[in-house]
Amino acid sequence: MPSICFYFQIHQPYRIRKYRVFEIGKKHDYFENNLEDNLSNKKILEKVANKCYLPANKLLLELLKKHPEFKISFSFSGIFLDQLEEHLPKVVDSFKKLVDTGRVEILSETYYHSLSFILSKKEFGRQVEKHKKKIKKLFNFEPKVFRNTELIFNNELAEEVEKMGYEGILSEGADRILDWRSPNFVYKPKETKKIKLLLKNYRLSDDIAFRFGEKTWKEYPLTAEKFARWINKHNGNGQVINLFMDYETFGEHQWEATGIFEFLKQLPHEILKNRDNNFVTPTEAIRKYDSVGELDFPDFVSWADTERDLSAWLSNPLQKDAITKLYALEDEVLATKNNKLIEDWRRFQTSDHFYYMCTKWFLDGDVHKYFNPYESPYEAFISFMNALSDLKLRIREKSVRVKKGNPKKKINKIKKLKCKK
Amino acid sequence: MADSNLRVLMFGWEFPPFNSGGLGTACYGLTRSLAKRGVEVLFVLPRELNVKSDFVKFKFADSKKYKKMMSSKIKYFRKNVMIRPYMTDALYRQYVDNASTILLKENFPYASNLYLEVLRYGAMAKTLAKEENFDVIHAHDWLSFPAGVEAKNVSKKSLVAHVHATEFDRAGNGRVNKEVYKIEKEGMKRADKVVAVSNYTKKTIVDNYEIRPSKVEVVHNGIDPDYFGKSSSRFSNNFQSLKKAGNKIVLSLGRITMQKGIDYFIRAARIVLEHNPKVIFLVAGSGDMEQKIINMVAELGISDKVFFTGFLRGEEQRAVYKAADLFVVPSVSEPFGLTVLESMVSGTPVIVSKQSGVSEVVRNALKVDFWDVDEMANQILCILKYGSLEKCLVAEGSQEVKKISWKEAADKCLNIYQNLIYQN
Repeated sequence: MPSICFYFQIHQPYRIRKYRVFEIGKKHDYFENNLEDNLSNKKILEKVANKCYLPANKLLLELLKKHPEFKISFSFSGIFLDQLEEHLPKVVDSFKKLVDTGRVEILSETYYHSLSFILSKKEFGRQVEKHKKKIKKLFNFEPKVFRNTELIFNNELAEEVEKMGYEGILSEGADRILDWRSPNFVYKPKETKKIKLLLKNYRLSDDIAFRFGEKTWKEYPLTAEKFARWINKHNGNGQVINLFMDYETFGEHQWEATGIFEFLKQLPHEILKNRDNNFVTPTEAIRKYDSVGELDFPDFVSWADTERDLSAWLSNPLQKDAITKLYALEDEVLATKNNKLIEDWRRFQTSDHFYYMCTKWFLDGDVHKYFNPYESPYEAFISFMNALSDLKLRIREKSVRVKKGNPKKKINKIKKLKCKK
Repeated sequence: MADSNLRVLMFGWEFPPFNSGGLGTACYGLTRSLAKRGVEVLFVLPRELNVKSDFVKFKFADSKKYKKMMSSKIKYFRKNVMIRPYMTDALYRQYVDNASTILLKENFPYASNLYLEVLRYGAMAKTLAKEENFDVIHAHDWLSFPAGVEAKNVSKKSLVAHVHATEFDRAGNGRVNKEVYKIEKEGMKRADKVVAVSNYTKKTIVDNYEIRPSKVEVVHNGIDPDYFGKSSSRFSNNFQSLKKAGNKIVLSLGRITMQKGIDYFIRAARIVLEHNPKVIFLVAGSGDMEQKIINMVAELGISDKVFFTGFLRGEEQRAVYKAADLFVVPSVSEPFGLTVLESMVSGTPVIVSKQSGVSEVVRNALKVDFWDVDEMANQILCILKYGSLEKCLVAEGSQEVKKISWKEAADKCLNIYQNLIYQN
């Protein structure tokens, strides 16, 4: 003891291009953009692949080969994998190689990295199911542990996920929930039967994810040896230290020049120097350790900002208006049974769109600005709402056709037949 | 910071209510906050006006006392100085030709051109500076720079040249007046410190006036949260019937000159009206491009949707901000842009040109390149279309503007004074 549990989140949204009000009813290519670098999904994916995914995957593969005790876990959003398959299949292959080592676990999540659990439980279920199929197909892997978008979590979510058959779930080790307790133990969420809960140790995780390259930080520079010493301090008073972070920490948030790759390269060795330490995947952690007690999450927590609540996505009138209008289309869009429309509607659900609209400038303003490809939250809202207005028109158009009934349906069927030829 | 017993000799050329633009408002806000820090301001105006204030002492360069001292030397110094801040030489001549239509009641004497007036103000400042006691000199914009320099020469005190606008801003895309440029450059060169109202203006100063960056300090303008007290609704009532009929009101307010970019506003208006005919555009202000803009509106066939209010001040201005659903500042080059803060205080959302100083300070406004009329129209339409967007801009904006205060600007100026006095 303690065990180290690494989990890396990997996600890229379909950013909405600058979409002006004049285009409503005319153009439907919301996610296509090759002009503006900061809103071109393909260009961003390529950039991050070169800075992070490819070099980090290469390094992790080396580490897994070198240290048979080393283990990690990933959570991929479905739309991240879709974008990779479309633009960079070689990166998919490099992830497959990691998974093939048998020491890389994949977690379950919503396909669209969405806030659906908060807005529509049914849609949430559909997206988790869709993600499961994708992971099975691509990696031949069946996740046992669930991780909701941005570690958003409450009692109700734990109950729901338990019903879906998962053994474990991840969340943020928020102080207001833990109080005097430590995040370095396995817990059981209130109102559940046996599902186990792993909590992020946000101090140690953020030392790597946020503070690593910060020259004003008193611990700068952080070496693997120093970090291992901090881990060793927990010997005897913790079961599992959960280091949860964005995978983009390596090479993208923390640039190569900060020495982050060198740090990662040395870390398993330094941690394993102490014979009491070991690495576990989330499933191993929850099977290895019993719950030390029940934790109550009456309100939502997340891993975002200092508030660690939903305010990064759902606090101002822009965000509330946008998400309400989006989910109001649920029944209508599903009724069209039109895959393209449903896909577009779901891409709008990705949490990033709402994060871009955040106006909490003062405490976490800089972090938000770093992650915002739009010039301001207002511009993010404008493009989102304009594009959504267009989607709404398309849905209405289809709905009318569906209601008017069979003649159109037949025409559609005929069209499909023609396509097959 | 401890309160100070500093005495500042400050040269300006307008002061509310006798102001034609943001400069007088800025001098008012700054001196009021300086006074709160214990700074004594002797505010010099080129000619005697019936201004009263409980926080600054006024000095008039044309008062009998100074004229007497001058009269033996140069004759025409006896004449009043007629100066308005935003005047070009050509415009000045035009005003002189139509002297009777100007707000001045008296039959005022004038020199043959604006530069002579400026130099004369300078010469008067010289005698004034000999008479007064002060620790530091602060001059606002080019028309008072020669006065500041003369005062520095006789007193050997440090000079702060405060740049609210440069000739490059006033010229819009047009030609820079070489004489004005020379006076500006000389003033900044002779000053011990140059204060720029924005980083945007600092860049202009460094790029075009050969002043080293370390000599230029940025002091953003501010606004007093109580700037607009209770507004009478008499003026806004004029718009109630239009609003009741379902029209939205989009306002622009400022001098109608090349610099202010009203032509871009009108072009955006035409695009907006194609998509939403229930919009009325208000152009508040006057200026040398007025006729051209009126013609442009007629040519575009939107005369029934664009209203010209003429120059507004005081109550009328406050009321029009409140009546508007949206305020647009389409400036080609705006050193700061105080009207943006005024609109935010009034609870009216703002679209502001990126070519402005205020866009550096304000986050809760939409920003647009002045030439991108499609985007300007897009933003106008979206604010009118999405209620939550308007609501959020207003809610966040009115919180934000509370923090952009003159107190901060005064603290920065005081700090500059203290450093200069220490070095001198």
